[in-house]
Amino acid sequence: MDPKTLTIALAGNPNSGKTTIFNNITGTRQKVGNWPGVTVEKKEGSVTKYGYKLKIVDLPGTYSLTPFSIEEIVARNYVLDEKPDVVIDIIDASNLERSLYLATQLRELDCKVLFALNMADLARARGMKIDDQKLSELLSVPVVFTVGNKNEGIDKLLEKTIELAESQIGSAKVRKVKYSKDIEDSIGRLQQFIQDKTDGSLPYNIRWTAIKLLEDDKIVKERIVEKAENNGQQILQVARTLRKRLEDLFDDEPQIVMTDERYGFIAGIIKEVQTTSIKQRIDISRNIDLLLTNRFIGFPIFVFFIWAMFQLTFTLGEHPVGSLETGIGWLSGIIEVVLPDGLFEDLIVDGIIAGVGSVIVFLPNILILFFCIALFEDTGYMARSAFLMDKIMHLIGLHGKSFIPMLMGFGCNVPAIMAARTLESEKDRILTILITPFMSCSAKLPVYIILAGAFFGVKAGTVIFSIYLLGVVLSIITGRLFRSTLLKGADAPFVMELPPYRVPMLKSLLIHMWDRSKIFLKKMGKVILVGSVIVWALSVFPRNIQYSVDYATKKNKLIASYNSQMQNVSEADKQQLEIEKDAAVAALEKARQSEQAERSFIGHMGKAIAPLFAPLGIDWRGGVALLTGFVAKEIVISTMGVLHAVGKEDESEALKKALSASGMTPLSALAMMVFVLLYLPCLATTTAIKKETGSYKWMLFSIGYSTSIAWIMAFLVYQGGKLLGYN
Amino acid sequence: MLLLSEMREGQTATIVRVGGNGILRRRILEMGILKGTEVYVEKYAPLKDPLELIVKGYHVMLRVEEAAQITVENVR
Repeated sequence: MDPKTLTIALAGNPNSGKTTIFNNITGTRQKVGNWPGVTVEKKEGSVTKYGYKLKIVDLPGTYSLTPFSIEEIVARNYVLDEKPDVVIDIIDASNLERSLYLATQLRELDCKVLFALNMADLARARGMKIDDQKLSELLSVPVVFTVGNKNEGIDKLLEKTIELAESQIGSAKVRKVKYSKDIEDSIGRLQQFIQDKTDGSLPYNIRWTAIKLLEDDKIVKERIVEKAENNGQQILQVARTLRKRLEDLFDDEPQIVMTDERYGFIAGIIKEVQTTSIKQRIDISRNIDLLLTNRFIGFPIFVFFIWAMFQLTFTLGEHPVGSLETGIGWLSGIIEVVLPDGLFEDLIVDGIIAGVGSVIVFLPNILILFFCIALFEDTGYMARSAFLMDKIMHLIGLHGKSFIPMLMGFGCNVPAIMAARTLESEKDRILTILITPFMSCSAKLPVYIILAGAFFGVKAGTVIFSIYLLGVVLSIITGRLFRSTLLKGADAPFVMELPPYRVPMLKSLLIHMWDRSKIFLKKMGKVILVGSVIVWALSVFPRNIQYSVDYATKKNKLIASYNSQMQNVSEADKQQLEIEKDAAVAALEKARQSEQAERSFIGHMGKAIAPLFAPLGIDWRGGVALLTGFVAKEIVISTMGVLHAVGKEDESEALKKALSASGMTPLSALAMMVFVLLYLPCLATTTAIKKETGSYKWMLFSIGYSTSIAWIMAFLVYQGGKLLGYN
Repeated sequence: MLLLSEMREGQTATIVRVGGNGILRRRILEMGILKGTEVYVEKYAPLKDPLELIVKGYHVMLRVEEAAQITVENVR
């Protein structure tokens, strides 16, 4: 017989150690962090224990179930609609009073709740003693002590959970928050009215529904209208009248009074269950903050951390990148030998391996970057960065939390855009998503390196830095512009916890890092595989090209001429001629490839749009390269390589020469870099934008906006530079 | 009577009233920053905004403009 399945939801405040407990129970890989609200997705895992199959759902970390942020809506809707067998509320024992707010809200929802008093060791160290028996009695909720990061109390927690799931508690027995007489009175009357009108057909607890209606809860109001049909309007009408009465009575909105009273109720509980010893232990977190958020050295330290992160990402990441490139080259080499020459070999080597390889190559950088970000999150430094940066971000019309996605944008826009979910207000989120692509991602760096290296020599570093800076400046301008036009409106409240610093667990850091990189690899892998095959196909078809020269005949003639020369010369000269012959044949082949590319579909497309790029000083080859860059920015370089008939070996050096030879000037190279910095986000980023904003409208807007800005800026750089006498 | 935003680092006070618009006010209250609560100003950020408070035993940050919606008394 199959074991019985129980669904268990984990709820709790951000930083309560919820995710650690989730990982401990399920062993599933999942994000753990100290950055408030890092767990945004609903995550599931299963485990078979005590003869039951337990389906564990990790709800987003929230402070409340008032549906203001996405996290809160997700969490509440899950409990309401999916009706899990048990909800475990993970409570930070050292933060009992605030944690109980969510707990009382869960208590009001008609679900089976169990409290896990987590980080009990920390609470004890802080001199707090919690009477779990008393707490359990007062709220009629089973209470278990746990220490998530030491895996203590987890078995007991599951045991109690199953016990609770199988028990029959009538809701009458359940003790809930008791409000003051006037409010209780209104709740009672509304409850009775709903009962009469719906005849128990409502899928929600009636007391809870009444409370939410008195609190003017938008979502519950909508649902009532939907579920109770014509009676719904009547119910809302009665609720409105009762609300009005309470408002007059308290001279304040009922939801405010009720929040107050809930905390009053909690204060009563705290008095009975928690004793804090006078002995004040030294608070390590506060001491660390004396340094890290110090008025004078807080910023320098912050800048140092960010600098160190980039150094690690790009310098440490460089070494494995080299070996990966070699490995990929080696693989292509083998396949070229194994497979017969032809279209299929081309598809594998030039389409798939080259395309996917170009992404894999960045894996070391991305792993390191995500490791650093996980480190910031898990230690609690991320919240401090918001503390330091909020003033600056606020000037752009953004939230301190927006700094993180924007920072991550320097690594890869895709996870960066996903990280924008931590923002509560939709406007902040959309704005952050729109400006993040201006943060120059790591895939654009190879393009700058080649172009700046070829045309700016020793000044290449400064030029690349300026390009990055330009991106930042434009993001600020865009932010201000959109904030005052498209996305006008009040800022989201900036009330954010500064969690205590914690020593990160290596396991959690690695899980964290790998999870994000996996998303990157998976998404990118698929999109880029398809994209590279398409680009490859566009560049090799049509096959029956009328070449300007008959390459085959020319090649045969060339070989014949060398062969005849070689007949009557010395052995040494013969070898010399042999080398010359190979070089000449290779040059001819490259010329043929170049012409082939020019006459391919993509070549025609490039020529068609060439007039658009001409004012920017970019020739049709550059145009084609930029088109292919939609798949992934680093492809720009490989396309240029093909179009300039540069062989695979020593690509960058040869490409630099070819670029200079093709008439590209430092100025047009600069214009091209500016264009690459700003123009339409890559395929994967566009997909992420669509997914995270939930609309094609914003995706298309982002594409249109960034490309127009790119064109304008590149135009200004090129034409302005020419006017100033540069070339 | 003073505004929370007028308090200096290291001062403690009792909250008298939390004002502000709907969502902001509710959010602040839900984080436990409400009438009768004791609040300690831990520090201002290097750019003087936001400020870090200790409320109900935990650390929380508020923008100065938000703190200006909160009236306190008995500053010490």
